[in-house]
Amino acid sequence: MAEIRVMRDDLLPPPSLERRHLLSIADLTRADVERLLGTARNFSRSLEREMKKLPTLRGRLVVNVFFESSTRTSSSFELAAKRLSADTMSIKASGSAVDKGESLKDTALTLGAYDPDIIVIRHPQIGGAHLVAGVTGAHVVNAGDGKHQHPTQALLDLYTLQEEFGRLEGLHVAIVGDVLHSRVARSLVQALDLVGARTTLVGPPTLLPRGIEAMGCATSTEIGTIAAADVVYVLRMQRERMLEGANYVPSLREYSERWGVTPERLRPGQKVMHPGPMNRGVEIDARVADATDALIETQVRAGLVTRMAVLYDLLTSGPVGVKAAALTEVA
Amino acid sequence: MAAPSILFGKDIPGENLLVRGARVLDPGADVDGVMDVRIDAGTIAELGARLDPNAHRVVDGEGLVLAPAFVDPHVHLRTPGREDEETIASGTQAAAAGGYCAILAMPNTDPVVDSAAVLGSLVEAAASDAEIPVGFLAAISKGLEGTELTEMGALAEAGAAGFTDDGEPVATPGLMRRALQYGAVSGRPLALHCEETTLSRSGQMHEGAVSAELGFAGYPSVAESLMVERDLSLAAYEGRPVHLLHLSARESVEALRAARTAGVGATAEVTPHHLCLTDDALRSLDPNLKMNPPVRSTDDRAALLEGLRDGTIQAVATDHAPHARHEKDVPFEAAPFGVTGLETAFAALYTYLVEPGLLRLEALLQRMSAGPAAAYGLPVPRIAVGERANLVLLDTRAGWRVDEGVFRSRSANSWLLGRHLTGKVRMTVAAGRTVFEA
Repeated sequence: MAEIRVMRDDLLPPPSLERRHLLSIADLTRADVERLLGTARNFSRSLEREMKKLPTLRGRLVVNVFFESSTRTSSSFELAAKRLSADTMSIKASGSAVDKGESLKDTALTLGAYDPDIIVIRHPQIGGAHLVAGVTGAHVVNAGDGKHQHPTQALLDLYTLQEEFGRLEGLHVAIVGDVLHSRVARSLVQALDLVGARTTLVGPPTLLPRGIEAMGCATSTEIGTIAAADVVYVLRMQRERMLEGANYVPSLREYSERWGVTPERLRPGQKVMHPGPMNRGVEIDARVADATDALIETQVRAGLVTRMAVLYDLLTSGPVGVKAAALTEVA
Repeated sequence: MAAPSILFGKDIPGENLLVRGARVLDPGADVDGVMDVRIDAGTIAELGARLDPNAHRVVDGEGLVLAPAFVDPHVHLRTPGREDEETIASGTQAAAAGGYCAILAMPNTDPVVDSAAVLGSLVEAAASDAEIPVGFLAAISKGLEGTELTEMGALAEAGAAGFTDDGEPVATPGLMRRALQYGAVSGRPLALHCEETTLSRSGQMHEGAVSAELGFAGYPSVAESLMVERDLSLAAYEGRPVHLLHLSARESVEALRAARTAGVGATAEVTPHHLCLTDDALRSLDPNLKMNPPVRSTDDRAALLEGLRDGTIQAVATDHAPHARHEKDVPFEAAPFGVTGLETAFAALYTYLVEPGLLRLEALLQRMSAGPAAAYGLPVPRIAVGERANLVLLDTRAGWRVDEGVFRSRSANSWLLGRHLTGKVRMTVAAGRTVFEA
């Protein structure tokens, strides 16, 4: 009798979707990431000029659909599209047909009828962006689906690290906090692994998902381990995701005492990142958040150029170098 | 033969039929050879070479396998309450197409089958609507709420094939013990959905590396095995048999094997999806891969297969769980648990287990027919003179593609959509008459 080793290949998901989307870092290669970061750097130079708008995506339609509250992600996607001269349309769940019980599929079909070139979607459920990608003809960008993925956040974090350190290969990043509920952590671990950087996840044992080491990271419940990293990446303690009585941590007070990132727990000059919005005094000490070693505002600026690069990349087939001439034309 | 009247269906006289030249394969009756089978008025009358058709309808079985038809101990017919998803008619037609001659329906309907009145209406409907004989399990607790026992005596008299709170565990050990004790008066088996819900919580899929990567709340193996261990301990203490529904975890199989060795009268079933899939498949985020219990690791899958091979697990059950399209056309997290399986079970297991050499065809046929029938004390389909004809004619060389259009079920939430399978049911004979032909 034969032995089971692996499930039959044809029962695995197909390797790639037919149309280009950005749904998960898992869909990208290292070359994709490097191309996107290069494009972002070019856009960053163009934004230093007085006239910041580029004609690159004139006549294109970018629809932003946010089923969850968001300040920085939705505003940076909107501005990114505008800087590239695309038409934009933003839809929020409240005040739309979603309030009347419309399904995500029907919302997607409705928006698809306007023939958008790109749909940027944030949805509270894992697989929201995949569903939209399956039913519309647009390129879909996942701006966060539940606890699963937030790929543009990971790309902007890589961009920030690259600008700060001049390299990604060999960097050691400690990600601290509520990993269990964090799409930011999941995307970033994959992205760092892709570019040859190292990750250690640090947090309470209840908030480190069992088996996550298989993604190519180390784990520790000891806050002292963060001192060994080049960068400390602090996750938001997502109070709104904590189920009543779930007992992940006994109290926020105990959490911040044991795992809060304070100046005393950092090496002098150690860099600190945070995806925002911050809970000062919970996962991050206000002195850390305001220190010059914090790269938090840099991350926000990186968000704009990275998202410009993503929109551009999805709507053009080649690397940005080929079309670099377009960058010099000003609308 | 079990007591009569726990399987219900149309009362139609049996057929005259001659199946010519098939490989007749009934591992339980020690029959394996190319021969003809003659059926007179629904009863197997003669096995042998070149039988006289005697004006019977002749079916050419050359190159095909004629086996005892299948028995599915775990089907959700969604009636009463969700007839848009399945009815007794559509579900039993789907079963006929899958090669089944009998199925058992679960009581987690709306209303729940927890009174003789609800059960009586189903029994009555089956007499006019059921394409193949169907049995109905009744609830262990009223409303599946896990607090008050149903009237098991009255339900057994009204024809309950057994008792289960499937979909929900019997949460407290106290009520489980009472069910074991009092259930004895019914003479019917208890079938248990083993899940410690304080551990499975909002779990969407197996807890492991894949759930960690995808961000899903995990439903750990121990949420099942802990309850399996509890129920086996109680069954041992009370000296009563139990049937364990849809096992998914290695630890559960190990606990069952140990309990059986120690003399506990426990039986169990496993589904085709747990035998074919691992959690790696869920990276597609396809809501048709969402089921309770979830498919687990390679290790769990291997343990289930080993349990099926060595007889620790006696039955293949589809846990056929139809869902409306609009309820599955949502992000994975929002989708309900459950997949269909009646029309694909044999082909899936033939393709993914028999063809690659993981399970012998004889063993599969036994676990899809005699195994589940015996677990519930139903008549065991046999190919022998004098037996009622319950037969399936299988083409183990035919390939086909699973498309929505092929289903007789009202729902199409199959994990196999778009896949190519080998093995096709050509004909099903249930209770002496042809119920499906392709």
